[in-house]
Amino acid sequence: MTFTRKALCGVAALAMSTGAGFAEPVDDTLVLNEEQTLVTRTTAPAHLEGVLSEIISGWHFRGTETRAMQTDDFDNPGMIFVEQAEEVWNTADGTEGKSCASCHEGSETMAGVRPVYPKWNEAAGEVRTLEMQINDCRENQMGAEPWKYTGGDMVNMTALISSVSRGMPVNVAIDGPAQSTWEKGKELYYTRTGQLELSCSNCHEDNYGNMIRADHLSQGQINGFPVYRLKNTRLNSAHDRFKGCIRDTRAETYAPGSDAFVALELYVASRGNGLSVEGPSVRN
Amino acid sequence: MRRCLFAGAVYAVLTMGVSAGEVSPTEVKYEDGAIAQSLTGTSGDPAAGREIVGDKSLGNCVACHAVTDLADVPFHGEIGPMLDGAGDRWTEAELRGIIANAKIMFEDSMMPSFYKTEGFIRPGNAYTGEAADDSFGPLLTAQQIEDVVAYLVTLKE
Ligand code: HEC
Ligand code: HEC
Repeated sequence: MTFTRKALCGVAALAMSTGAGFAEPVDDTLVLNEEQTLVTRTTAPAHLEGVLSEIISGWHFRGTETRAMQTDDFDNPGMIFVEQAEEVWNTADGTEGKSCASCHEGSETMAGVRPVYPKWNEAAGEVRTLEMQINDCRENQMGAEPWKYTGGDMVNMTALISSVSRGMPVNVAIDGPAQSTWEKGKELYYTRTGQLELSCSNCHEDNYGNMIRADHLSQGQINGFPVYRLKNTRLNSAHDRFKGCIRDTRAETYAPGSDAFVALELYVASRGNGLSVEGPSVRN
Repeated sequence: MRRCLFAGAVYAVLTMGVSAGEVSPTEVKYEDGAIAQSLTGTSGDPAAGREIVGDKSLGNCVACHAVTDLADVPFHGEIGPMLDGAGDRWTEAELRGIIANAKIMFEDSMMPSFYKTEGFIRPGNAYTGEAADDSFGPLLTAQQIEDVVAYLVTLKE
């Protein structure tokens, strides 16, 4: 007995239409603080040709109340951590007695930074995430201890830096010296890991919009990171999310900040080129 | 728990190893994706199979498949086809093959292989995120596979 893939897909589609009926991404517009309309759905970047035609923010896959929390800074619990980071921004630390503000002035000068990270750093000869750049400033400009990659201080600071770029389109470079890292990230994205043999693409490319048990699968975009999750009531970095998703394939995960995850972050970020920066966003 | 989709699949039985008369995961013979012979020689228990299909910590098949007969179990996924009528569409041997290793019947299938122990990339120790250790075994035991087959055979339109 041979069933063609197509026939099976037909059965699946039938099952979907008789299902709960909330599987499609919600048709809604994200307006921030009643004044700024964010791009949450747009044409996919050229490198996704033949793979995805439209890219969609994870915001569209969440429930009405979760979506509403992100539309107003007073309702977005992630903004409390942004305020905490604002204080740290202005506080001197380390042997040089400097704060972030000593070199960069107000945190609003960071507008435009989040959308282009991870980014090639010519002097260091490496692709750097925002976290790596922050720790470079701490160690080499301030003479301060580096922060833990996914620790509270770090994720709060990335939330502050993201928040001042909200509404700007994600625009990471994937060519030039960043290309080999990007290729490596792409390979990871399509590798079926763990005992369940699942790749990012199995869930987030082939099945976004579908329910996997009680979870509504999104495209796994990272334009909204760091993400305030109602589940653990704190901000979560992209590498923490990657780790959780890989662990759920019954695999040995990679460490946050590892070369593998830096490459994966660049690749996943590039799949969102064109979506607005949303961080800190709200998810369940 | 969102982060633990398939969390908690039980390993207890695996540490006991393969009992006499069982076909081990590496010895299974597939023919066109089907397995003609029972993996244990003991017929499966459809009631136990029903439990395994619905239970998050066992087969968790409903993570991806909806089953009308399991309406009492909340949240059925929509990744794979609905399992209603699976007993009409497939023979017992085909069902055994699909559950043991669906990728033979359906090339590149997203469905995990429930009776396989080799060929994984970065296999982990269940849902810990750590590397696999000596306790590593198939997702379901031979008898659990037989129980699931016995249950699926009862799913007629
Ligand atoms: C077994 C299915 C599965 C696999 C495989 C998987 N994920 Fe996920 N992922 C989920 C679920 C479920 C969620 C929560 C719902 C959602 O946002 O899609 C999620 C959420 C995410 C999010 C958060 C999106 C947001 O808007 O908050 C990101 C980013 C993500 N995944 C990236 C990845 C990457 C990268 C990989 C591969 C390394 C991966 N995922 C593999 C199931 C999976
Ligand atoms: C991660 C997703 C996933 C899980 C978990 C899963 N399946 Fe599947 N299953 C699929 C997909 C996808 C197909 C369709 C075949 C293909 O890949 O084209 C399928 C096909 C099948 C089929 C044949 C389709 C038909 O006509 O009914 C049966 C039977 C089946 N699965 C049973 C099970 C059982 C039993 C379990 C648990 C022990 C299970 N599946 C777990 C994804 C899954």
